[in-house]
Order: sequence, then structure tokens, then C-alpha cells
Amino acid sequence: MERSFAKEIELLKLGEGETFNGEGILAVTKALLQSGVAYVGGYQGAPVSHLLDVLVQAKDLMGELGINVEANSSESSAAAMLGASINYPVRGAVTWKSVVGTNVASDALSNLASPGVIGGAVIISGEDYGEGASIIQERTLAYALKSTIMLVDPRPNLETIVDMVEKSFELSEASNSPVMVELRIRACHVQGSFKAKDNKPSPVSAINKADDPAGFLYDRLAHPPVTFVQEKHKVEERIPAAQKYIVENNMNELFDGDIASHGIIVQGGLYNTLIRRLTALGLADNFGNSRIPILVLNVTHPLVPEQITSFCAGKEAVVVMEEGNPEFLEQQIGQMLRKSELQTKLHGKDVLPAAGEYNADVITQGLVDFLGQYTPDGVEGEALRDEAARLENVKANAQSALDQNVPPRPPGFCTGCPERPVFSAIKLLKEEVGDIHIAADIGCHAFGTYAPFSIGNSILGYGMSLASAAGVRQIQKKRTISIMGDGGFWHNGLQSGVLSALFNEGDAILIIMQNGYSSATGQQNIPSSRNRNNNQAITGEIERTLRSLGVEWLKTIRTYSVDVMVDTLREAMTTEFDGLKVIIADGECMLARQRRLKADNARKLERGIRVETPRFGVDDEVCTGDHSCIRLSGCPSLTIKPNPDPLRTDPVAHVNNGCVGCGLCGEVSHAAILCPSFYKAERVQNAGVFEKALYKVRQGVIGLMSNGRDAA
Amino acid sequence: MSDVTRPLTVLIAAMGGEGGGVLMNWIVNAAISKGFPVQATSIPGVAQRTGATTYYIEMWPEQVEGTWPVFSLSPATGEVDVMISTELVEGSRALTNGYITPDRTTLIGSTHRVYLTLEKMGMGDGRLDDKMLYAALKKNAKNAVMFDAAEIAQREGTIINAVMLGALAGSGALPFEPEAFTSAIEEEGKAVKANLAGFNAGLEMAKAGGSELAGDPAKRELTKKAMWEVENKVEIDFPEAVQDILQHGVRRLSDYQDAGYARYYLERLEPFKDKDPDLLREVARHLAIRMSYEDIIRVAQAKVRSARFERIQGELRADPADPYHVTEFFKPGLQEVSDLLPPSLARRLLSWGATSGKLKSLHWGMEVKTTTVWGFVRVKFLSSLKWWRPKSYRWAVEQAAIDSWLALVTQATSVSTELALEVTELARLIKGYGSTHQRGTSNYQRIVVDLVTPLVSEPSPDGPSRIRQAREAALIDPDGKALDEALTPAAASAPLAAE
Repeated sequence: MERSFAKEIELLKLGEGETFNGEGILAVTKALLQSGVAYVGGYQGAPVSHLLDVLVQAKDLMGELGINVEANSSESSAAAMLGASINYPVRGAVTWKSVVGTNVASDALSNLASPGVIGGAVIISGEDYGEGASIIQERTLAYALKSTIMLVDPRPNLETIVDMVEKSFELSEASNSPVMVELRIRACHVQGSFKAKDNKPSPVSAINKADDPAGFLYDRLAHPPVTFVQEKHKVEERIPAAQKYIVENNMNELFDGDIASHGIIVQGGLYNTLIRRLTALGLADNFGNSRIPILVLNVTHPLVPEQITSFCAGKEAVVVMEEGNPEFLEQQIGQMLRKSELQTKLHGKDVLPAAGEYNADVITQGLVDFLGQYTPDGVEGEALRDEAARLENVKANAQSALDQNVPPRPPGFCTGCPERPVFSAIKLLKEEVGDIHIAADIGCHAFGTYAPFSIGNSILGYGMSLASAAGVRQIQKKRTISIMGDGGFWHNGLQSGVLSALFNEGDAILIIMQNGYSSATGQQNIPSSRNRNNNQAITGEIERTLRSLGVEWLKTIRTYSVDVMVDTLREAMTTEFDGLKVIIADGECMLARQRRLKADNARKLERGIRVETPRFGVDDEVCTGDHSCIRLSGCPSLTIKPNPDPLRTDPVAHVNNGCVGCGLCGEVSHAAILCPSFYKAERVQNAGVFEKALYKVRQGVIGLMSNGRDAA
Repeated sequence: MSDVTRPLTVLIAAMGGEGGGVLMNWIVNAAISKGFPVQATSIPGVAQRTGATTYYIEMWPEQVEGTWPVFSLSPATGEVDVMISTELVEGSRALTNGYITPDRTTLIGSTHRVYLTLEKMGMGDGRLDDKMLYAALKKNAKNAVMFDAAEIAQREGTIINAVMLGALAGSGALPFEPEAFTSAIEEEGKAVKANLAGFNAGLEMAKAGGSELAGDPAKRELTKKAMWEVENKVEIDFPEAVQDILQHGVRRLSDYQDAGYARYYLERLEPFKDKDPDLLREVARHLAIRMSYEDIIRVAQAKVRSARFERIQGELRADPADPYHVTEFFKPGLQEVSDLLPPSLARRLLSWGATSGKLKSLHWGMEVKTTTVWGFVRVKFLSSLKWWRPKSYRWAVEQAAIDSWLALVTQATSVSTELALEVTELARLIKGYGSTHQRGTSNYQRIVVDLVTPLVSEPSPDGPSRIRQAREAALIDPDGKALDEALTPAAASAPLAAE
């Protein structure tokens, strides 16, 4: 794994009354242990990777507590794990990135939610929504609504988050329903503190096993005829039970204020931003005392009608602050007001945007537009307009501050990444055979869609590239190429792509990037990873699996060999063989490789063992500044510098000290026939006597032949 | 009752691998050591994969009893007290996002550049204007501490985050004495010595108020002089304004070929001697480049220079006693070989290559170790072939091309200096090797045929601007799409309307 969580593991051991100082997602992890979970599962993905990563490393602690931790092969296997709580009174939690993870898990989730649970079942959902998100922008709430999963959206401070996670298990048991706790990106990464409690071992667990399996109970199956009863049970028993628990345990919070004629109903996760904006408008202090009453929904499903109506009663107008669309909360609240014949005016998406994250600017504007329509006693319309104007002013100045606009800096392939050469090869192939339909996928290789490659026609989800080409390959004269990571292959691509293509005898080309890890999410191990104890070659799992499935055209190519890769791709494009053609692009994640090399080389240097360190360079006297090499690479360490030639102006290519000597520069200048500017330089440390002597001789002879200190 | 009315806000803009998260923690721990309420958060996402990212800190700059401020998790437009940016363009990004404002923001900004892919990809010069960015940041920050933190980090053998922390301490923008930060570094306990060195260097920088934007590094000086008589001719015959360029020119060409060739260079410049000095300068500059065109011999010359090997040894930071190896990547094709042959033979070979397709397909890839005697000898031998150069096919082609270019410039001067300058500048398109060189040459030809020739015979006021636009378009994309558009009448007349 990319990093060690030794420090964080210590935090998980804190006991009653001790102070936890750390990251939000780790506070959640601690809360799980304090809630006495018997099992934890999940699938990595920002912003919740750390939850599982830390538990996977905390083997001893998990052993002591008898907690079964599984790094599931996908979100659906994680969700299915919650099935344990259908039949047994054990608490469990799983985690993933939402909404994509929830999509993958949804089949199991529906079948979990229908029979319901007797042990607390909690899903920690990392809401990859808004700034910094790496996925399609949708909300998880729709799933909660349709499947009757209770949805918790806590105020983003560690005390509240931990309290809400603990209550979620109780809520789950009180309502016999799974509960989902959604945490936005910044909440997962927020650094804060809370008073810890002792970890609680589960009454039934890996070290305290149950004597007998649960008896046969048909009601526990998601299978007709009981599914009809279960649906009734959801609405008649479970939701009311949940609402009762929510009210009795004050999961939603009312913050009263003196401007009683108006009110704000807000998702818990938006509370902090709201308070700061009210402060800016002079309607709250920095410690959360608002002059306008606020109802904070730490639970956004189910809502409690009595709670909503009693908050709205006697108010002229309320505004609902709800991120995303459709505006499920606003619609429900409108209905509640109507049915209870309250005349309170309802605002929401009329003053706030239908789409996008509710950041400071958006909420300020919303508040100004809402209050501006009424200017209740105690609110000065003037002040509102001033603040809005000030904001507009700052924005205008900011946007006009530069005479050039600043292009984005998206993440990209790391220095020496083994996946970059594959895209160099594809780009070269396209120059030969013309444009090709490329089905891209989720993973580091998705960076191939950015400059300088700009390769990829579609992204249909994690591991879905080959499946997504099924409809295209029939209508294209040229063959299509699908790109998939080894992570995506195991997660989904094997079934949805490979099996389907084989079953349908599809004429397709699949490139599998075998870098050995789920790298984009922090180098978690996958079924084909290097052995956990490392230093063993990447296992042949993928190749063996494909062969056993009957893949006949299968080639494993070292990614850095660009011309071999181009030849192989050309062959795949042109061969008579019309079945599935798979190219395994083999090259270990360079971040992982360098981490290991660094350690190894340090050890060797100490012991006086020979170490060879390669790097590439560009002769700036030979480079003419056309940058073709950069357009075929985009490596961070292959950059440009001012032209040292007094007669030239265009910057020349330059290899900086970040170079790890992966070899791509040489490969590309050969494969693409670029220019002779590149050279590879290797430094040898702890060279042997003979090598040193040979070196001296060579230097001597060469010295005699060279024309002294001449130009340049 | 306290006089603190709002939290202090700190926004850090960094890139993967710069330790932005660590920097955030140092600041947080400094605040904790004061007993100040503090909160930090970030959106790392896949930032470790070289992308831009931000870290956001809020603190209440005094101790509080039994209560805790409600901290925001994201920065708000115009409400950032301290903006730390580890790179010039990331600072500029923060500026356009409204996180640097004159009423409030102290900017701790590194002025070094990590070029965006889009800047690096350009076929000419796609770089953003550093001076403009620097000036805008200075202008819009309440107080700006700007300097090259990357250079300091490298000098002190540490990472940029420690230098930025030092500069933050030195700026006094946060209510902590430097010790609060240094003890945070010590507590963290990683690479303490190096980090403290970087910290102190940053601290000094801030106290000195930062530094100006570094100009471009010095250009390469040709140490080997041309013959006295040639350099002397330059001094006597040519105006003061162009002395530097011409001296570079004659030195380069006598190194490239011989004194006679350098003299020929000056003869070719004669007709422009009394023309506009800017024109003379540009012609002289491009003529020297074109006359020292890139062929196998020139590449070999460059590869065997002793100074080059010293430079590489430096790059490797290798101990002089330690062996090092240098491998060159050559892949000459039929074209490069023909270039060296006598014209008649070359023409036959090339026409065969063209018909047989070998011109495209036939290449000899070789990796030559120039740190071995045999490898060095082979390249050295090629470099020694310059005596043969004037007999080669490429020589004939290049000299003819140069003459027609000079003729075109001369014709243009009869129209206007502006036009002549633009025609001169077209030479910039011809550079590189193999396909790159061919593309450049054909782009040059297209512009000459479609624009220059007509404009010379029938001058038009927008002539120069149209040629400039075509030249710039030719450097936008390798496929020549932009150039196609620029050369269509519609596109050509569009800028007119703008003027």
C-alpha cells in the first residue's frame, strides 16, 4: 500500500475520555470500533479509502476485537456482506465511493433493504460530489428513497460525525433498516478532534463464534411471497420506527433564533458553510448562534413531518438548502406544509441553483435572494445588497486580474508511469492507420484522455470499457480498442467485458494495464498484485484467467517497449483472427517500484554493492524546440527551458532531476523517429576495480581524441 | 471580551509531491501549540498524481473557553488571509478564483514554473507570460512575499513545503513566532535538519521582502572565436546594434564549417547592411541558424564536445571517480543518408525511396555508447566529415532554399520593413529533423505561395499581420488544421475587421 497507517492505528486504540486528533474518515473508523462492529468491508476509492486501508493494516487490533475485515472485490460484494445482519444480531459496516459505488452495490442493497436487518448495518458513503470529485455528479439520496435505506448527512465536525455514526447503528436496529452515512469529500479529510470511548467487542464475532446458524425463517429472504409483506413493513413499521428514533434521540438539530418569522432547513453537511455566510451577513456569530432559526437535517431520509411542520408553523417563509437535483427534500416538505394547511412560503431551488455544490458564494447569493424578498424585522436589505455587491465586485476583479486565462492542471501520469508508453504507442498507431474508436475506463489510465494524448471516446464506468465497445464494434469499419486497468479487470471487466465478448464471439481488442495495484486510489492490492511481502513478480493471474476462459489471441508486452507495442497493436488491428484479442500491457506502478528501489539501493550502497542509476537528458544544442517528444509523452520530468542558443527563441526540451530513467524518451525518439537530442546517462556507484580501470582508460583515450574545450 | 471578530483563513495551493499536506499539518500543530482552535481540510483526490490541489485551514487566533467556533470547510471568495502557492501559475489560479484580494490577503508565493502540459506541447513557444502573472499577483495581494522557493529547496536539499513555512513565519501573517513552526517541524520528526535549513532560508527571504522574478538564464557563449579577420570585418562593416548577433553568427559558422563559410555569411548580409537595424538583426539571426542547418555531421559535432560530457557528469551529480555511461539514440533513414551523398546519387536514391516507400520505412535505429572508445570514435568520425559537407546533396538544397528566402526578403523590403520582417520570421518554421523538418518546410512553402508571393506583387496594408497569423497558426497543431483555417480567405480577413 502507498502509505503506512501506523500512527493512525494508534488513534484507533484510544480509550474512554482520551482525545482523538485526526482526519474525519479515521474518526468514523474509530466510531465503528466504538459501536462494536463484528465485520467491516468495502471497496477503495476517494474519499473513503483510508477507512479500509487503516483497518487492513490494523491486523492485530482487529484480531483482539474479533472483527472480520474484508477488502472486497467490488462494492457489490461489500454490500452483500451486510447480509450477515439480516439473520444475526451483529453490527457491521461497509464503505465505498458514492454514487458510483452505490450503483455497483445497488442489486445487493435492494435485496438487503427488503428483508431488513436485526443487527445494525451501516454504509459509510464517501460523497464524491463537488470540487475535487472524480466521477459523474449524482446524489445518493435517490437510492435511500427508493430502497428505504435511512440516510444520515451529519454536520461536518468530528464530534457530530462520530455521534451520528454511533447512533446510525441504533437507528438501523430500531428501524430494522440499513443506514447510510454520507460524508462529503472535505468532511472525510477534515482534521479535528473528539473525546474517544473504549472500543466495544461484538458479542458474536470471529473470536466469539455463534454455536448454531440462524434457523430457517422465510421472512428473511428477499423472495416472493414475503417481498410483498416486506414492502408493506417498510412503510408501515420501519419508517415510523426510524422517525420515532430520530426525534427521541435528537438526530436532527434545531437552532433557534430571534428572527422567528423566517427559517432555514439545511442538510447537515452544509451547516458550517451556512453559518459562515450568515456571519458575513451579520445574522450569526462565529460560534453558531444564528438570528434566523435553523433546522439541521442530520438525517435526510426519512424526514419527520411533525418536526418539519412544527418548525415551519408561524413562519412567514422558510428556505430549504438541498444540494443536487431533483429537490427531493423540498418536494416532500412542500407536501407536508400543504397537507397540514400551513401557509408558510417555501423556497429552495428558486433562490439556489438546481445543480452543483453549494459553496460559500452560492449560499450567500441564496440567502440574499431569500431574505431580500421579505427583509424581516432585524434584517437590513441594505446590508444584504451590499454583501451581494461586494461579492460580485471581488469576483469581477478576480476574473479580470490577468490578461491571459490560466489553463487547468489536471492530474496526470506520474514520472516514469508504465501506462504512458501505451498511449504513446496508440498515438503513433493512429498516425499510421487513422483514428480509432477507443473505449476508455476508470483508473490512472483515464489520464490518457487529457493532453497530450486526448485519447478515448467514452467512459462507461469502472471496468466497463470492453462492454461499452460491444455496440460500437458492429458499426465501425476499423476494430475498436478498449483500455482497462487490472483493478477494473477484477472489479468488473472480467465478467461484463471479457466473458460477454467471448460469449458473443466479439471481434474486439482489449488492452489491460497490468501495473499490479489499484493505483489511483492509493495502491491497494488486487487479486493479481505482487505478493503482500513484495519483491515477487506480479502474478500471472490475469493471463492464466484469460487463457482458461478460452482467450486465444493473448500477448503480454512490456509497456516501455513502444515499438513492440505499436507492432502488436498493428497486428491486432489487422490480423485475420476475428475473436477477442487481448494485450496485457505489463509494467509495475512506478510509484511502488521507486519506493522499493530507493530502499534497495540505499541498502546496496551501504554494503558497497554496485548501483547503476539511469536518467535521460536532452542536448540543448541539438534540440530545435519543436516539442514533438513532449506531445508523445507528457512526462512531468520532460519539460522545457529557455533556449540557451543566443540565436534561437523557442524553448528547448529539458529533462529535469525528477527523471527516473524509465526509458520512454529513448523508446519514443526511436519509435517515432524524432530527433537525436536524447541521451541516456547512467551513473555507477560502488563500481568494481576492473570497471573503474576500464573507465579511466576510456576517459584517457577519449580525452586525447576530443578537441579540447571548444564551443558550447 | 476579545477583539477577535473572525477566524484567520489560510489557503495552500500545491501540486502532488510537494508535501502540501505536511505543510498544512505544521501550521495546524503550530496553532494547537498555542491552544488556538483550528481546523484544516483538503481535497487531495488524485493530487499525488501530479495534479493541482488545495488545503484549507481556519483558526481562531486566541484561546476560547467551553465553546468552539464553527469553522468553514472551504475558502470563500475574498475571504482568504494567507494564500500560500508553491508555483507561479497556481498562485495566479488562486487570484482568478478570488482568493487573493488587496484588502486582506498576504501571498506567500513561489515564482518558479512547473509548466502545464499545454504550455509544453506548443510547437513554438506556448509558455504563459511569467512577468505578467508576477505583476498581477504583486498588484492584487495586500502583501506579497514572492521568490523562487524551488531553487532554495534544491539548494538546501529539502522539499518546497519547508521553505514556504519559513516564508510564512517571516511574513508575520500569522500570530506565531518562528519557534512555534520550528517545533512543529521537530515534533513531526522527519528530515528535521533539512526541513529546518529550508525553513530558515525561507524565513530570511520573507524578511528581505522576497525577490524579483529571475530573468532568463544567460545564453550560451561560443568560446571558440572565429578568425580574427572575420570578427574584425564584423566590427568594421556592420552597425553597433547587430554586433552581438553577428559575432555569434560568424563564430557558429566557422565552428560549423570554416572561416570561408563565415565570410560567406557576411557577404549574404551585405544587401541588408544599410536597411532597418531590426530587420538586419533578424535576418542575421535566422541566416546563421539556416546556414548551420541540422545534419548528421552537426549532430555528431555537438555530441562529442568535451564540455558536453562535463555537463552530463554534473547532471548525474556523479563523483568524478565514479564511472558513468552515455548512450545516444540515432535513427537515420534514407533521407539523412542521401543528404550526405553527392547530389546526383542522392536524387536517384531518393526517387527510388519515394517510389518503393523505403523513404518512409527504411531507418537504422542505433544506440551508441559515446563513453566507450569505439562508440566515441564512430561519432567523432562523423563529426570530422565537415570538409565533405559542401559536396553533399543537402548542402545544395539548403543553400538554394536560403537564397530564395533572402531574395523574398529583399523583394519584401521594397514594399515595407514590416513585411520584410514577417517574411524573415517565417524561417522560424523550418527546424527539427525528419518528419518535423519536412512539416516545417512544407508549412513555410504553403505560406510563401499562398500569402507572401501575392503580397509582394500586390501589397496590402494587412499583409504583415496576415503572414504573422499564418506563422502563428502553423505552430499551433502538427496536423496543420489551424494553418488551413488561417490560409482560407475568410479567416484571413477576419482579423482585419478586428483591427
